Amino acid sequence: MASYIGSATSRVDGRPKVTGEARYAGEFNVPGLVHGYVIESTIPKGRIVRIDTSGALGVDGVIDVLTHQSRPPMADKDNAYKDEVAPEEGSPYRPLYDDRILFTGQPVALVLAEDWETARVAASMVKVEYQKEPHVTDLHAERSRAFAIDAPEKPRGDAAKAFASAAVRHAAEYFIPTEHHNPMELFASTAIWEDGRLTVYDKTQGVQNVQKYLCGVFKMKPDEVRVMSPYMGGGFGAGLRPQYQVVLAVLGASALKRPVRVMLTRAQMYALGYRPASIERLALGASSGGTLESVQHEAIAVTSQFEEFARNDTGWGNLLYRSPNAKFEHRLVKLDLPTSCDMRAPGAATGVYALECAMDELAIALKTDPVQLRLQCYSERHQGEDVPYTSKQLRECYRQGAAEFGWDRRNAEPRSMREGSELVGWGMASGVWEALQMPATVRIVLTANGHAEVATAASDIGTGTYTIMAQVAADMLGLPIDSISVKLGDSTLPQCPLEGGSWIASSVCNAIANTARAVRGDLLELAKEMKDSPLAGVGVDDVALIDGKIASKRDATRAVPIASAMQSGNAERITREEANKVDEDKSHARNVHSAIFAEVKVDEELGVIRVTRVVNAVAAGRILNPKTAHSQVMGGVVWGIGMALHEETLFDHHFGRVMNANIAEYHVPVNADIHDIKVIFVEEPDEIVNPLGIKGLGEIGIVGVAAAIANAVYHATGKRVRDLPITLDKVIQFE
Amino acid sequence: MTPFQYARANDVADAIKQIATDPSAKFIAGGTNLIDLIKYDVEEPTRLIDISHLPLRSIEQTSTGGVLIGAMVPNTDLAYHPIIEQRYPLLARAIMSGASQQLRNMASTGGNLLQRTRCFYFYDTATPCNKREPGSGCSAIDGINRINAVLGTSQACIATHPSDMCVALAALEATVHVAGPAGARTIAFADFHRLPGNTPQRDTNLEPDEIITAIELPPKGFSANYSYLKIRDRLSYAFALVSVAAALELDGDTIKEARLALGGVAHKPWRSSAAEAALLGQRAEATAFARAADWLLHGAKGYGHNDFKIGLARRAIVRTLGQAARGTPQSLSDKKIR
Ligand SMILES: Cc1cc2nc3c(=O)[nH]c(=O)nc-3n(C[C@H](O)[C@H](O)[C@H](O)COP(=O)(O)OP(=O)(O)OC[C@H]3O[C@@H](n4cnc5c(N)ncnc54)[C@H](O)[C@@H]3O)c2cc1C
Ligand code: SF4
Repeated sequence: MASYIGSATSRVDGRPKVTGEARYAGEFNVPGLVHGYVIESTIPKGRIVRIDTSGALGVDGVIDVLTHQSRPPMADKDNAYKDEVAPEEGSPYRPLYDDRILFTGQPVALVLAEDWETARVAASMVKVEYQKEPHVTDLHAERSRAFAIDAPEKPRGDAAKAFASAAVRHAAEYFIPTEHHNPMELFASTAIWEDGRLTVYDKTQGVQNVQKYLCGVFKMKPDEVRVMSPYMGGGFGAGLRPQYQVVLAVLGASALKRPVRVMLTRAQMYALGYRPASIERLALGASSGGTLESVQHEAIAVTSQFEEFARNDTGWGNLLYRSPNAKFEHRLVKLDLPTSCDMRAPGAATGVYALECAMDELAIALKTDPVQLRLQCYSERHQGEDVPYTSKQLRECYRQGAAEFGWDRRNAEPRSMREGSELVGWGMASGVWEALQMPATVRIVLTANGHAEVATAASDIGTGTYTIMAQVAADMLGLPIDSISVKLGDSTLPQCPLEGGSWIASSVCNAIANTARAVRGDLLELAKEMKDSPLAGVGVDDVALIDGKIASKRDATRAVPIASAMQSGNAERITREEANKVDEDKSHARNVHSAIFAEVKVDEELGVIRVTRVVNAVAAGRILNPKTAHSQVMGGVVWGIGMALHEETLFDHHFGRVMNANIAEYHVPVNADIHDIKVIFVEEPDEIVNPLGIKGLGEIGIVGVAAAIANAVYHATGKRVRDLPITLDKVIQFE
Repeated sequence: MTPFQYARANDVADAIKQIATDPSAKFIAGGTNLIDLIKYDVEEPTRLIDISHLPLRSIEQTSTGGVLIGAMVPNTDLAYHPIIEQRYPLLARAIMSGASQQLRNMASTGGNLLQRTRCFYFYDTATPCNKREPGSGCSAIDGINRINAVLGTSQACIATHPSDMCVALAALEATVHVAGPAGARTIAFADFHRLPGNTPQRDTNLEPDEIITAIELPPKGFSANYSYLKIRDRLSYAFALVSVAAALELDGDTIKEARLALGGVAHKPWRSSAAEAALLGQRAEATAFARAADWLLHGAKGYGHNDFKIGLARRAIVRTLGQAARGTPQSLSDKKIR
């Protein structure tokens, strides 16, 4: 039997998804379902003075309107609201808790009605009176109030001094605006009380995180709450923390003793988390020979007034480049906004954008080829920890990416390449992300008919988790993939962390391997008990499960069909549950890498930019499924193009409001913006990172893409745009 | 959202009767703009009169050699109609530059004229907006105004009319056929949309109880020398920052007749007789085009974020006239601007 691992297997959940059989959080219908419509604050800061619900309550079909005054009880301690990924510092937002307004779009009331349209109509009749307070939402205006938090990487040497005396220097500020995730699926939760137990269908990347959170907020015992999220129409980090609609759904269901669904509108989703706007200051000093003497990276990013959200924006230089002196600083500015949150490759998408543009600018100052500069500064060790990598094929990424792209035909001179009315630009950048593993437990139930159910509480957020788990289980159990069913997205299943950080593949697949080994052990015991067992005397690691048999690895003729072993032992099923082994070993750095090459064509007069080619060469350990992996990276590249050219949440700071809270005006790339995207997976065997050599690749696809494009735009036009998105009016100074 | 009743109009006369008796009623055609505005609480009709199935769906040649387009003809059908493709390709291209295939399938010819501005504040009822709430103030003038107008603005409003189709109709000098309680009348396209002045709440000179029944195109379609160039923040499915409709009649390389209209820059498709006159008798080349651009942009004024539109428009005009003169109109599929 051919191995499923490494083969381009189509999604096992493809059919239910395209036929509509797959149900999402807002699609679970139960008799008597009540619909909730959220009323949001129209001001960014202040207090609620009065809420007049009389008009709404008079509407036929309206059951109730919940406010902070009329809601059922909720916990009154911060701890109850701290979910697994809540920032350490601060007090999490409590939905519908009191009269304080902390941000525009905050829910202030929930209309509950027999149908959604009625709830929506009634919502416009609720009159909310506010007492406004002065607010701040502008990072640039407030940057002097920035305060430093612990930077993830420690300083080395004297970076400022080394910079001052460096032969070649580059220092500049880069800016990434606020971005929103905009998953296609709207956030929704359906809460159902049944016999004193609560079942919640929620759009979340972590059912157990939400389950624990609800237990805290509503003071319930773990076995009283079950949270399910079998499918997700995109999360990208927006679904890591429990979102407020889940609290409102439970409040509604508790108040009415009826099932309640709360679904947000697209516009309302702009009051959830977001990628924080950040100002990134880079100062690079190099010797005239082109080796780095000093790296300084400072980030100033947005958080809310009540929590301190921060990610590692600045430390990536430590992974990519050798430099005797380095300094990293992360600052936060508190604004009257919701708390910022994780969005695909949090910290890296922004920090590496700035770093890789700065490296491009340094290469220009040095008159060195940008790939060459990166090779000259290539670091074989994590600079901060001074440890080697479990594996690092970044050099090969540069080589293969450059070869595929045809980089050697590049004329380094800006504005030197053109095609008719368009200037052609070629730019490149590096990408880096972490190869993490988190503790996860997988249960396998093998039945005598040769079918196995593989279960854990992970969520498949669209990345292909169902599929890769089925592949790995099929190989480990020696069964055809059709005989495997995967169960996910249910908090009652074995423990699994949130789906984020690109750690799910490595975590659950290594857990499958361990559980499968335990199953194999049980089977071996059964086989050995058979009369004249051909497997007498062999150990569990001397046998493998292949083609429905348990067989000696050394002598395949010594084998017993799995079904026979189970029947002879009267075992109808074998149930095992094991966890992966998460190494505390700090002797290696664990990372994935990439090299991105981009071609842009820019209309010389009008500044219209087209991204005509992107090559992304990725080294991310073992690729479990080239098909889903390719989709992940391609999606990351598309997102990177959006980050470079389109995405920006527009605020009116006078009103403290998002002005483009819809996907007609919040631009992401459309088909016409996307041309050739070539994804290369560079071979990267890795026996240290984890037993299966899996590194994960949910985030790496986006990292560095915006920098490669920005660098290409510079190469095309000679104009350096450091503020994203790069729109035509930034490229050309129209007189 | 406000609850509304829904009624179908039996025929044009019935539609007029229904709208005339209920000032808070609105016609609904494709609904692609109106429904959004209802959801945003911007439009609050208490009654929707569905005119989408009225027999206003034909495209016919007129006795004078023009074409009469029924108000309910979907944008897609219009753009793909053989007469339009062959004789009025400028109109076909302008339509196909707008929105998305799904929206164009739903959107009607009449509705396209009456679509409202995309000014961010107009859609956000938590902010002042003179167009939405006369007298409340214009938030865009000192706010986020990158997409707003640079021509024909007033202190009360700097909104643009967002249509692509209308830019071509303005250049082609179409006529709008309307009917109301007082009977039928026609409105020249140039007189159909208004400038904001002190009454930005009024987009057009259509009376509230009138219905658009048809659009008439004059015989001249400029099918040899035309181009529609739309500059936007992504390469499809975005409203124009600036768009240019150019149509020329050439004698050799001398301009015999010229039409030029801008989209994305004003409260209506922007034309100037001086700009077009400046092209007459000139050789079709960049210097003449630049002069015409100067005329057309005469008096343009930016509001900060949108200052760039003036310079962008100037270059786009020259470029589009060049495309028209060469007989190489901007391609819709190839996004390279030639
Ligand atoms: C996401 C998005 C992107 C878009 N992008 C573009 C773009 O790039 N370029 C572009 O040009 N357009 C764009 N549009 C706008 C689209 O073209 C218009 O929404 C459409 O043309 C309106 O036509 P409709 O028939 O749907 O009008 P409706 O929404 O039905 O009606 C609009 C208005 O016209 C009135 N009305 C309709 N028909 C008549 C009639 N016969 N007589 C009197 N009154 C009438 C209605 O009462 C209503 O007030 C976009 C729209 C959306 C939603
Ligand atoms: S420009 Fe016009 S539509 Fe926009 S806010 Fe001002 S008044 Fe309203």
